[in-house]
Amino acid sequence: MSGLDDVADTLELLDRNDRIDFLIDIADRFHEVPGEIATRPFGDEHKVPACESEAYVWATGRTDGTLDFHFAVENPQGISAKAMAVLLGEHLSGAPLEEVEALDGEIVYKIFGRELSMGKTMGLMGMVSMVASSAKKAQTRIA
Amino acid sequence: MQDTSHTDSAVDGRGYAHPEVLVTTQWVADHLNDSSIRIIESNEDPLVYRAGHITGAVEVDWARDLNDQVRRDYLDQPAFEALMRRIGVDHDTTVVFYGDRNNWWATYAFWVFQLYGHTNAKIMDGGRQKWEAEGRELTREEPRVTPSHYVAPKRNDAEIRAFRDQVLRHVESERPLVDVRSPQEFRGELLHMPDYPNEGSLRGGHVPGAKNVPWASAVADDGTFKEAARLREIYESTNGLSPADDVVTYCRIGERSSHTWFVLTYLLGYERVRNYDGSWTEWGNLVGVPIETGA
Repeated sequence: MSGLDDVADTLELLDRNDRIDFLIDIADRFHEVPGEIATRPFGDEHKVPACESEAYVWATGRTDGTLDFHFAVENPQGISAKAMAVLLGEHLSGAPLEEVEALDGEIVYKIFGRELSMGKTMGLMGMVSMVASSAKKAQTRIA
Repeated sequence: MQDTSHTDSAVDGRGYAHPEVLVTTQWVADHLNDSSIRIIESNEDPLVYRAGHITGAVEVDWARDLNDQVRRDYLDQPAFEALMRRIGVDHDTTVVFYGDRNNWWATYAFWVFQLYGHTNAKIMDGGRQKWEAEGRELTREEPRVTPSHYVAPKRNDAEIRAFRDQVLRHVESERPLVDVRSPQEFRGELLHMPDYPNEGSLRGGHVPGAKNVPWASAVADDGTFKEAARLREIYESTNGLSPADDVVTYCRIGERSSHTWFVLTYLLGYERVRNYDGSWTEWGNLVGVPIETGA
């Protein structure tokens, strides 16, 4: 089980306010993509489709073939997107590519609960999907 | 119609039919210590309020507080009464809503409050976006609220809420409907959003005869509502509506359309506007009703 699953399992046990406070603490650790990787205006190919928080995802390769993930969130109200970015970046950077590729969008519900609106869910699942597809592409290149 | 005891002169001159329902961010900043006012934040993102809100603001969450947890419906009379008591609102309290997403959920909460006749209600123009853009203070401190003794009346759905059978009769009598969804949803190109079948529909398209006026048409770049003259161009000159019309608005679940309901009712002064909260998630799955596709 990955560290991301551990966090999701922990969050599932918390009540609404504790879960929200936990996620806000995570979002406070958000660091935007370093300037040496990307600068504004960010390319559309890195933009998460249907994400109202205007999130962007980049994947850079490590020498061992795994990936580092970097994010930008342009909407200052995109607190959930920032929390998601921190969790994905901290737990999947350097992780085995097959583990990243196998990431399931359902984890969004485990992390944020099932009360999310359609729009919010779409954006967060879009972030998960872009990270997973980056791992799939990297695997394809290796193969 | 609405409370006129707390008005914002900065909204006058924009041509609205009921300027008393809008206040500016500056007005809110000037009334943070006014005990006759309760500021309420309603967001799409459940993290946003606790990450920082206007000093003294309480949260009303659309899913937890406004929706019935068993039926697809809004909170019942005892639940509304309990909510108002919890957030310290009395009948003479003026509530001022604001939130993320250009006040989608603020206008949605405003609409639900009107089902219970709490007319002492306003929207902070521009919502969180404008408050933040102006660099105004946010706090994570929970407000201390003294519970009230609010007694809620029976909910009145008749005036501002439309149900499916009423919408069917509305279609048959060729009265105007406003579909505030995106053009892709309106044309029937999107049945549901990728990875999100829960708010999907069996069929794509729109209610026959509906005009497609996306909700965002009413909003300026800074998140504030456009002036009345511009709104009239959009809804009347371009889309043929008239203040005397009996109008039904709808979207996918009724939140975006509450934003347009607010615009037509208060900013342009339409006397008969109802929000069809069943919206496309109901109509697009309903047996025996017609739809249209394409532009």
